[in-house]
Amino acid sequence: MKTQPRIVYCHCAYAQVVPADVKQDVLRRLTESGTSFDAVADLCEMAARRDPWLAGVACQEPTQIVACYPRAVKWLFSSAGAPLPERGIRILNMRTESAETIAAALGTAADEDA
Amino acid sequence: MSAPLVRSLRVVLYEGAGSRSIPDADRFAMMATLLQGGYAVTSVRTGSRTVPEGARTPIVVLGRFENAPPREAESDSAAAPIYFRDIEGVDAPAIASIVESVHAEAGTGRPGGWKPWFPVIDFGRCTNCMQCLTFCLFDVYGVSPDKQIRVQNPSNCKTDCPACSRVCPEVAILFPKYKMGPINGDEVREEDIHREKMKVDISALLGGDIYAALRTRSQESKQRFARERDDKRALEERRKCLNKLQEQLDVPPEVLAALPSLDQIRARTERAVAAAMQGPTPAGTEPQ
Ligand code: SF4
Ligand code: SF4
Repeated sequence: MKTQPRIVYCHCAYAQVVPADVKQDVLRRLTESGTSFDAVADLCEMAARRDPWLAGVACQEPTQIVACYPRAVKWLFSSAGAPLPERGIRILNMRTESAETIAAALGTAADEDA
Repeated sequence: MSAPLVRSLRVVLYEGAGSRSIPDADRFAMMATLLQGGYAVTSVRTGSRTVPEGARTPIVVLGRFENAPPREAESDSAAAPIYFRDIEGVDAPAIASIVESVHAEAGTGRPGGWKPWFPVIDFGRCTNCMQCLTFCLFDVYGVSPDKQIRVQNPSNCKTDCPACSRVCPEVAILFPKYKMGPINGDEVREEDIHREKMKVDISALLGGDIYAALRTRSQESKQRFARERDDKRALEERRKCLNKLQEQLDVPPEVLAALPSLDQIRARTERAVAAAMQGPTPAGTEPQ
């Protein structure tokens, strides 16, 4: 049986780089999905203060992280001393993808490389 | 990256066994409000997980509990307490107040308070050349004990200034909140490398063009305005010059105005290299 991926959603609360409508729509879909998930205010802020919770995310696979560019998220985790594993992590980009695309991707297993 | 560890409060919106479900619209409003307030929230729908993995910090569990829970309990790790609060009939703004009061009671760090703007190094590209350390005016960079460049003081970084990413010859410095790629983490393309390299000439950026431009403009304007006896216009001219440079490099004017001289840059480089050769420097004593 496949493990249900953990979902981590980043609200990018302290900047307007993620389109507000995409962010709100993804959050709304998640809250209506009936699935448990983790939401954080701002992964950048957590990385800056090396929040130990990030290490917990990094060691649990499969995980889907809904945030921004995969390269940024990967090195943010690394900078916080919580490098993401090579496999089992999928990063979905709210800066470039629509809420529909992200919602559809969340319905599939996280089996891509970080 | 090194920065002080701050205990933060985590919020669990619990709708598992023993807690009634929350209407969709309310759940969304509660989560959006708490996230905007800087809190991390775990939405538990299945009852399988009440404590977020990786949590070693105080937690407040919010739910429409069927039986009154204790106000506070020890967590498994015993490192941090778990608080329970009933939210029956409570709307999103009131939830924020509840969480605020638990936050005060738990003595956890204030969430947010600054725009998290700091460089992130892509070590898949970085060659450890130390140009960023040499360039940065605010001691954001340092050297790790294994002589590797690192972001030492992220909160020292000048908000919205991506100047060091312009200096990096490998396009290895990201600012995830920057508006454009590849600095925002978008993939680096061949043309990006060439484009960035055109801007990279550190001596031109620091010691040559900007100072030469400022000096020339300032002297020209001084002579002209001395004749015209118009200091306001001289200031305006300087402002225009800075604006133009700011547009070209996307660097805040106050950073441009504070750029070190070429001699200072050379001295910084020598100190940085010496520090890297000697090994680790104690925290907070990075080369100036
Ligand atoms: S990781 Fe990306 S989406 Fe999240 S706060 Fe940082 S810039 Fe925003
Ligand atoms: S300038 Fe770029 S390549 Fe050089 S040490 Fe800094 S991040 Fe690495």
